[in-house]
Amino acid sequence: MRERKDLEAMIGPQESTRIHDALQRGASRRDVLAMLMAGGMQAALAGGIASVAASAHAAETPKKGGRIKVAGATAAVSDTLDPAKQSNHTDYIRGFMFYNGLTYLDGSLTPQPSLAEEFTTKDAKTWVFKLRRGVTFHDGKPLTPQDVIFSIMRHKNPATGSKAKVLADPIEEVTASGPNEVTIRLATANADLPVVLGTYHFHIVKDGTTDFNAGIGTGPYKVKEFKPGVRSIAVRNDSYWKPNRPYVDEIEYVGIGDETARINALLAGELDLIGSVNPRSIDRIVATGKHAIFETKAGTYTDLVVRLDNSPGNNPDFVLALKNLFNREQMVKAIMIGRGVVANDQPIDPTNRFYFKGLKQRAYDPDKAKFHFQKSGIGSTTVPVVVSPAATGSVEIGLVLQYAAKQIGMNLDVRRMPADGYWSQHWMKHAVGFGAINPRPSADVLLTSFFKSDAPWNESAWKNEKFDQLLVAARGEPDTAKRAQMYADMQVMIHEGSGIGIPFFMSNIDGHNKRLKGLTPIPLGGMMGYTFAEHVWLDT
Amino acid sequence: MNRTVLRLVASRIAVGLLSLLAVSIVVFAITSVLPGDAAQEKLGQEATPEALAALRKEMGLDRSAPERYVQWLGGMLRGDPGISPVTGGSVGEMISSRLPASLLLAALTAALSVPIALALGILCALWRGSKFDRIASMTSVAVVSVPEFLVATLAVLVFAVQLKWLPALSYTSDSASFVDLMRSLAMPVVSLGSVIIAQMLRMTRAALIDQLGAPYIEMVRLKGASPARAVLAHALPNAVGPIANAIALSLSYLLGGVIIIEVIFNYPGIAKLMVDAVTQRDMPLVQACAMIFCVAYLVLVTVADVSGIVANPRLRHQ
Repeated sequence: MRERKDLEAMIGPQESTRIHDALQRGASRRDVLAMLMAGGMQAALAGGIASVAASAHAAETPKKGGRIKVAGATAAVSDTLDPAKQSNHTDYIRGFMFYNGLTYLDGSLTPQPSLAEEFTTKDAKTWVFKLRRGVTFHDGKPLTPQDVIFSIMRHKNPATGSKAKVLADPIEEVTASGPNEVTIRLATANADLPVVLGTYHFHIVKDGTTDFNAGIGTGPYKVKEFKPGVRSIAVRNDSYWKPNRPYVDEIEYVGIGDETARINALLAGELDLIGSVNPRSIDRIVATGKHAIFETKAGTYTDLVVRLDNSPGNNPDFVLALKNLFNREQMVKAIMIGRGVVANDQPIDPTNRFYFKGLKQRAYDPDKAKFHFQKSGIGSTTVPVVVSPAATGSVEIGLVLQYAAKQIGMNLDVRRMPADGYWSQHWMKHAVGFGAINPRPSADVLLTSFFKSDAPWNESAWKNEKFDQLLVAARGEPDTAKRAQMYADMQVMIHEGSGIGIPFFMSNIDGHNKRLKGLTPIPLGGMMGYTFAEHVWLDT
Repeated sequence: MNRTVLRLVASRIAVGLLSLLAVSIVVFAITSVLPGDAAQEKLGQEATPEALAALRKEMGLDRSAPERYVQWLGGMLRGDPGISPVTGGSVGEMISSRLPASLLLAALTAALSVPIALALGILCALWRGSKFDRIASMTSVAVVSVPEFLVATLAVLVFAVQLKWLPALSYTSDSASFVDLMRSLAMPVVSLGSVIIAQMLRMTRAALIDQLGAPYIEMVRLKGASPARAVLAHALPNAVGPIANAIALSLSYLLGGVIIIEVIFNYPGIAKLMVDAVTQRDMPLVQACAMIFCVAYLVLVTVADVSGIVANPRLRHQ
């Protein structure tokens, strides 16, 4: 681990994560050298770094074999192995056991080759994906361009009921441009296409599949048993295309809704890995000495939503007063027990490659808040704030905010709604309320879904034409440096103008048996961005 | 006697069917005033108006509530509980995958707790006022007052987390051996049993003591019968009615009321299925589960009434 820190100091955490990922995938010192030199690094320096990285990795050689039992937080009879219909982490985790995508996302959410050996484009509009040779499905059928065409195009068919239809709609056509090659043509340029194709919904299934319960994919595990709402058992796919993977022989996955039950079963030794641990339970887990927690810093956030098309949110001073009332450090400490990162009223978190460091942090400033509050003329009118356990942490954030507001003479009335039915009945339907957003694979998907003027989930009804134009331009910009500048500008716009207040980003916390090794964070969600199955191994 | 029993059973069945119909209407009406429908719950945050309309059509939710109810009722009469709009699978299959687990838990708990409760209750009545009676009564009051989730949680902490004697989760696969099955069900059965044993014990004791004060028991004693004979041969048959009803009530709770036990031990039973169905607004599934609980309750209460009559010498000889 110390070597890893050295590596981070030399080349920065992002690059370090990228190299570790490569090593995890079986890259040699020579490959790392090539990666670094390709990035323009001097040969001598690159050589030194490659050695450090390789030795850090060699300290732990994965062992094969064993059986593990894993529990997530949800299980329902609606659990599905159809990539298009998957809707929660239990589904996504199973997806990564049984399927592969054309690409996969690494620790900085940069797309890396998976079933596609190589992907290229000139204008971000026409993309060529070269398929890996010799890959077979669990039933022995070789992977062909036809499978890829079927897997992608079915999202566009309304009858499929795909969760990713919006993401697939800009895809005009997918054609087989060679025996092992597909060409994807987009309606509008999108430099993030390989990112989108690396997400769970775009896993590759067999051409013509209608019944997905057998889970026939190209992934590291095969389905042995799948009972929706109860459990799944996955067994090692011996003809997996990644050499030496996966490590574990069998993975049983169950969903246990009750957090206490999950933790008890982990501590009793029946489970090896559990998801969704409340920060307050960490002490109990680590106290045994045999268990540890695995923290993934990610872009998960719970946000204050002030509707700008409604009173009192149509008064910009009221919104600014609220944004200045967040005591962010205190909230991270008290609500997250330190397992979070202070945010700055814009949704791109520090793990994202387009995070803009230069944006000045908005601090807890009661004087400034008071100034804006008095200017707004709201006076002693009581403003209802809707919170709910459905939006994790919103009840606590609401109460801290209410207290801070009282100090400057603002009356907030925190109204707690039940979790059941919150998203359909309350979210975005009150003048002041709360939302909760899970990490998205790319800055573009996140901003398009929640901040574009005409987005259905534009939570605060924030309209900004310049932002919309920038968003489209950034999507089609193949030059990463130019894109980064555009995303920086957009982060500033949201920070200043939107009706969203984001106090902090939350970490995902998993708990595991110390014998379980190989976990590295992927900031798309807990359990390595749902992909732990092919990375973990048991130290016996 | 046969005619009395037959008439009773027939009228019970008729009333039962009517109650079922009433329950189904009430459940349907209540669930349709819950905020949101299956389509909204399924899409959650992703519910755009177009997606909602499309999904509602796919789920058949675009039709009016009475229309859906009549269609559901027609299906039920043909023995088909319908298709779940949430999963697209058959409701019958979903229930048949969970009901055996619930029945197993209920049967084991009943097999363990009914004999214990009856034996203890009878002994308490027999030795009324003795040290044994006082200890048993006190303990049963104490156990009844502790909620079962506390019993279950404490049991997990002690026996699973600390001592590691028993598994913390109770899911058992079909291939599990008998010993594994018993080990994994031990804690749920004991935590459920402790509550209902206490209830049945108290009811048995009270019903027997009530009878023991009656003039005919005095007559039995005067004739020189032993206390055991007075209780077992004379008082008990007359007390079977209230005791059987107490047992029926406790047992009917074992099917639908064990949600907390199912959550704590992650046991895949039917109560959790129904709670999930309510949160997902899966109406056909909610309805089917409600019908099963209702039928189980009616059957148990009818059996209790009939056995009360059959056992009661006065009613039997009418």
